Amino acid sequence: MQKTLTAEDIATGVERLAKAILDKHRGHPVALVGIRSRGDEVAERILTILSAEDDWDLSFGVLDISLYRDDFEHLHENPLLQESDIAFPIEGAHIILVDDVLFTGRTIRAALDALSDYGRPGKVELAVLIDRGHREMPIQPDYVGITLDTCRLDHVLVSLEGTDGKDEVRIVEKENS
Amino acid sequence: MARKDLLDIAALDREEIEHLLDQSIPFKELFTRSVKKVPALKGKSVLMLFYEPSTRTHSSFEVAAKRLSADVTNFDVAHSSITKGESVRETVETLQAMRTDYIIVRHGRSGLPGMIARQTKASVISAGDGAHAHPTQGLLDAFTIKEKFPDPTGKKVLIIGDILHSRVARSTSTILKKLGVEVAYLGPGSLVPRVGPENIRRFTDYKEAMAWSPDFIYLLRVQMERQDAQFFPSLREYHRLYGISDARLDEIRKRGLYLMHPGPVNRGVELCDAVMDYERSLINDQVENGIAVRMAVLYWLKPGGESPSVVS
Repeated sequence: MQKTLTAEDIATGVERLAKAILDKHRGHPVALVGIRSRGDEVAERILTILSAEDDWDLSFGVLDISLYRDDFEHLHENPLLQESDIAFPIEGAHIILVDDVLFTGRTIRAALDALSDYGRPGKVELAVLIDRGHREMPIQPDYVGITLDTCRLDHVLVSLEGTDGKDEVRIVEKENS
Repeated sequence: MARKDLLDIAALDREEIEHLLDQSIPFKELFTRSVKKVPALKGKSVLMLFYEPSTRTHSSFEVAAKRLSADVTNFDVAHSSITKGESVRETVETLQAMRTDYIIVRHGRSGLPGMIARQTKASVISAGDGAHAHPTQGLLDAFTIKEKFPDPTGKKVLIIGDILHSRVARSTSTILKKLGVEVAYLGPGSLVPRVGPENIRRFTDYKEAMAWSPDFIYLLRVQMERQDAQFFPSLREYHRLYGISDARLDEIRKRGLYLMHPGPVNRGVELCDAVMDYERSLINDQVENGIAVRMAVLYWLKPGGESPSVVS
């Protein structure tokens, strides 16, 4: 069994995130920080929508959390590192972490660790394009684009235009994988 | 593919070299943060086994390992049983029993890190062995050159000094050739080997070498401690013939050449004091880049394999 989300579903999800952030924080300085890879692309898309507003102090950053993961022992090789790019002062900033899929919460745990090594943010919120459940840590999103009902062993495979050449989400169920 | 050990540059293919150099960039980026440390090697142990004195390479590896959150132990060779006659093999067995994950070795004998690598599951990195290799020096030099020229193909590097005894010259020229950089040697005939890598120009005259139009001048340290025989008449004579004097520095500045040196420098021998303030001296960049490159190497190697140098 396989389910698929289309480019339109993804666009709707991104708009939902942008609208929720807009409603809550319009006019207040906010920094979107996307988690590599694909969280950065989701964050960019949200930023594009929010940038249509006048007089809103928006910052943007990208975080690579490879060095903070607690699961790379299980991987065949260490994950490929990319540069983080946080060009604004973290100290006291209101940050919205952005990722493509929220699953166990371990990536977000790592991202919070990484972020705190840059400085002490005033507040951190979490926006995810897809929440597929099955948390292993006490971490919950503040903004969700799409909620998916999945089994623990299903694979949720996200492709985004800028990273993978097309917008698509495939949910591959366990029996089939 | 990941390797267990890093013993010399010659064993690495171009893809691996490019990978390590690319991976060094995000590590260098960490140095600008308020917290320079990451938890990537938390719980891993790094053992420093230095049979030869070294301040720079030793502390560079130590800083690199600590910034990755590894635990660093110095196996104090000068005060250990090695001076009581314990063989390297016995030492390695001891280290194996300590279940260390990485061993960083410097030794006067060529090939000794390789011998250790075959006897242990730990990842072994050569931090300089005899005149054989100093792979992380080669990597940091290549990284420093690539920071100036992201595609260094066809750029020219003139290495000046005691080529014969220099593992730095060996590792650095090997990696640069692999990256398509042109390399030439300059030094007294007694210190520039006739045999060795091909496609390397050899000069004994400073003017002739400069006429070759290098982009980088790479000064080697005159290794007072490594010379049993006299290879040149005197240090003053060496400075006159091959050292960077004020007049030569003027010419280097006019031409806009970059200047490199693996350190520590002998002032008044390889170079004059004014070189230290030269705008295009990359000597301090080399020190900083050395840490980033060594972090990338530690992160890349995979301890635990049975085979001597390649895992999977």
